[in-house]
Amino acid sequence: MNTIAERIYDFLKGFPPFSMLIADDLLSICKSIEVHYIEKDNFLFKANEPVKDKFYVVKDGDIGLFTATNDLIDECDEGDIFGLRALMRQGIYLLSAKAIEESIVYSISSTLFENYIASNTEASKYLMSNLVSNYRKTNDDIQEHHFLGIPNNTGPVIQDFLEEQTADYSKNPITCSPENSIKEAAILMTEKRVGSVIITQKNKPLGIITDKDIRTKIATGLFSIDENVTKIMTSPVITFPKNITVAEAQIAMLKHRITHLCITKDGTVNSELTGILSEHDIIVIREHNASVLIKEVKRSKSIEDLKQIRLRAQNLLKRYIEQQIPITFASKIITAINNSITNKIIENAIKSMGNAPPTTFSWLAIGSQGREEQLLLTDQDNALVFDDVPKPELKKAKDYFLTLSKKITQDLNTVGFEFCPANMMASNPKWCLSVSEWKQQFKRWITSPDQDNLMLCTIFFDFEPAFGNNDLVDKMSEGIFESISYHQIFLNHLGVNALKNPPPLSFFRQFLVEQSGEHKDQFDIKARAMMPLVDAARLLILSNNVKAHNNTVLRYEKLIELEPQNKELYNDCLLAFKNLLRFRTEQGLKHQDSGRFIDLKSLSKANRLELKNCFKAIKEIQELILVRFNLSQFL
Amino acid sequence: MLWFKKRDYPDFWNTYSNHFKNKQDTNIETIRFVVFDTETTGLNIKEDRILSIGAVGITEHTIKISDSFECYLSQDVFKNDSVKIHGILKEGNHPKIEEKEAVKLFLNYIKNSVLIAHHTAFDIAMINASLKRMGLPKLKNRALDLGYLYKKTDLDRSTKSHFSLDDLAKLFNIPQHDRHTASGDAYITALLFLKVLSQLKLQKKITLHELESPISKVGLL
Repeated sequence: MNTIAERIYDFLKGFPPFSMLIADDLLSICKSIEVHYIEKDNFLFKANEPVKDKFYVVKDGDIGLFTATNDLIDECDEGDIFGLRALMRQGIYLLSAKAIEESIVYSISSTLFENYIASNTEASKYLMSNLVSNYRKTNDDIQEHHFLGIPNNTGPVIQDFLEEQTADYSKNPITCSPENSIKEAAILMTEKRVGSVIITQKNKPLGIITDKDIRTKIATGLFSIDENVTKIMTSPVITFPKNITVAEAQIAMLKHRITHLCITKDGTVNSELTGILSEHDIIVIREHNASVLIKEVKRSKSIEDLKQIRLRAQNLLKRYIEQQIPITFASKIITAINNSITNKIIENAIKSMGNAPPTTFSWLAIGSQGREEQLLLTDQDNALVFDDVPKPELKKAKDYFLTLSKKITQDLNTVGFEFCPANMMASNPKWCLSVSEWKQQFKRWITSPDQDNLMLCTIFFDFEPAFGNNDLVDKMSEGIFESISYHQIFLNHLGVNALKNPPPLSFFRQFLVEQSGEHKDQFDIKARAMMPLVDAARLLILSNNVKAHNNTVLRYEKLIELEPQNKELYNDCLLAFKNLLRFRTEQGLKHQDSGRFIDLKSLSKANRLELKNCFKAIKEIQELILVRFNLSQFL
Repeated sequence: MLWFKKRDYPDFWNTYSNHFKNKQDTNIETIRFVVFDTETTGLNIKEDRILSIGAVGITEHTIKISDSFECYLSQDVFKNDSVKIHGILKEGNHPKIEEKEAVKLFLNYIKNSVLIAHHTAFDIAMINASLKRMGLPKLKNRALDLGYLYKKTDLDRSTKSHFSLDDLAKLFNIPQHDRHTASGDAYITALLFLKVLSQLKLQKKITLHELESPISKVGLL
């Protein structure tokens, strides 16, 4: 009988790994726990002191872990564990534990740990992944694996690397030379039982013939079987280096509407062919629902069909999230499906206009859709750009595209992409412009960056052509960079804008929740966590004068390439963004909403830890921006 | 007359008493404190009885949950009124032991530790009353009073002379799940003691003697 132990039990059972223990074991731990009170600025242990035979759990307060040079490495609050790594490593403490606020801390002896926690598979797995993700910069992991008796190749961390998994491909591609006849190629394909043959010259891939070519070009009588293979081959081929990931392969196939990719030594058409990756290979790796959906979009006969496909895409997304498929892969697939639906709608709308467009145009996804970061079914954000026409014809052209846009947005609405409440749609005359008009508009925003114009920049600078002419989009990009080059001060304004939302410092204290309105006391994950990372990436990529990188993850990858000295920080931002995107998508699917507002009480400890790491990345990137753009004078 | 009777005392008392034979350690960094609380049928030391005792040990500024004590006493005198406050029914769920057994176990647990409670004088008087009924002398332990210690800190700027445990828990931000169970109160008192002690240490180096309240101030409530 021990009332105090029971109270400690009630507290600990809410936090992993204690929540994973069986009740009797946890109670045994609680009966032998020690309770420490640490006054603000006092130390629980100091770096270089011999490691004590225990680890710690914060009950109340805030314990900071500092290096010997007094740099804050981590902050621990309610339910956080520290000192476990040191306990496993033995020797001396590498970090000091100091109370940032007065704190009550429980300590648990190594004997209790070994008897009740390390012996529990679930709990030790949790601790391992938790310690690995929190302290990935140190080298102690192997010892921990050993200590916990878990083989190195298991644990929840592995799944995070699925995205980097390379696609298995056929390493003995069937080839023929350009001198061969079509008949010879067909015989070869039949003998080897393959659906494709690569035409190579000096081992470099020239082109490809597939079953489909035989069907559409030979069986129809267009070419004789005695003709040369070069007559019917598709050329050039799409090539990749051997470390192509499953995600990349699937995207490339969707994008180019092809079923085979050539693998070459250096990934270009000018190097030696080493293998072939077919759609079938991808299917073997993954279920191919996404490509099925895209095919169905192409075959669809009505808006109602498209609506059904969009709903199925939502289910597909749900499964991706449940199966822990990497979020960037999921978002690429969903974007591809959404784009194909949009394309289908635009094609139909053009047909229904009766006459062809007066000039070339491009349909743009903007904002989060332009960045390909919108997984949930939200309202549509789009714009339209058309090529310059002689002045007398401008009005007529604009009328045409506005009418077209109205049809398109109407159909998108029917499919499930609801009208944008702020009317940021191509059907709005403000966002249906010629190339020159867009450039003018961008210039105006850049030269007079008031609050409204900055807001528009953050939406319209992130555009991605969903349909139509890419040259127009390139011209728009050029316009932005040209205007910025004459008005560098714009970047400082954009910088101030990027710092508008500082991250919450710690989870329980100063965790910024909405003060009023419908979402009072909820946390706005979009404005407070995702947008700071998005804004920072956009600013840095613009200041580096890099075009054609609209996606936040791609932007950080590019930044890592451009500024290797900041690799660690950009990588943290990239991971943070991926986690937040996944998190928001999970929340959105769970609550059938945008996932934007989160009830803090509903978060698990693991979620909290994850979010906390994200905030650290935001804090650091904002500090970098503050210094780089010399913004202290602006704030 | 007491020395004359000494050999008639039960073994447990002699064992307890022997702990005080040698010179006592007074270093507050190393000695063992026992923070305790008694729940009683009322506030009259002669008529009321102890319902339960809860206690937890502190050494080196650390509360050791493994070094804790809890017991519930069976009652001959039982007042219904106090059930409302303490939630301890005469035939409650907890296994009960007789007063004699409880006191014996308690002495065996506290040994020569420095006792701490909130309004220590009352709790000690209740134990002493039990001892008296058993024909035994009073407790020999040194004792500190949380209320008195708090008044010694810089934190107390009020003119208030009396602080309830609830007041102090609020002042120091301690959640009060278990008010009115002896163990719960003892634990809260222990946390408060650690907080107050660290406040006092901020001011200057302190000795055990300085922590003790002057006899004159040990009123009953």
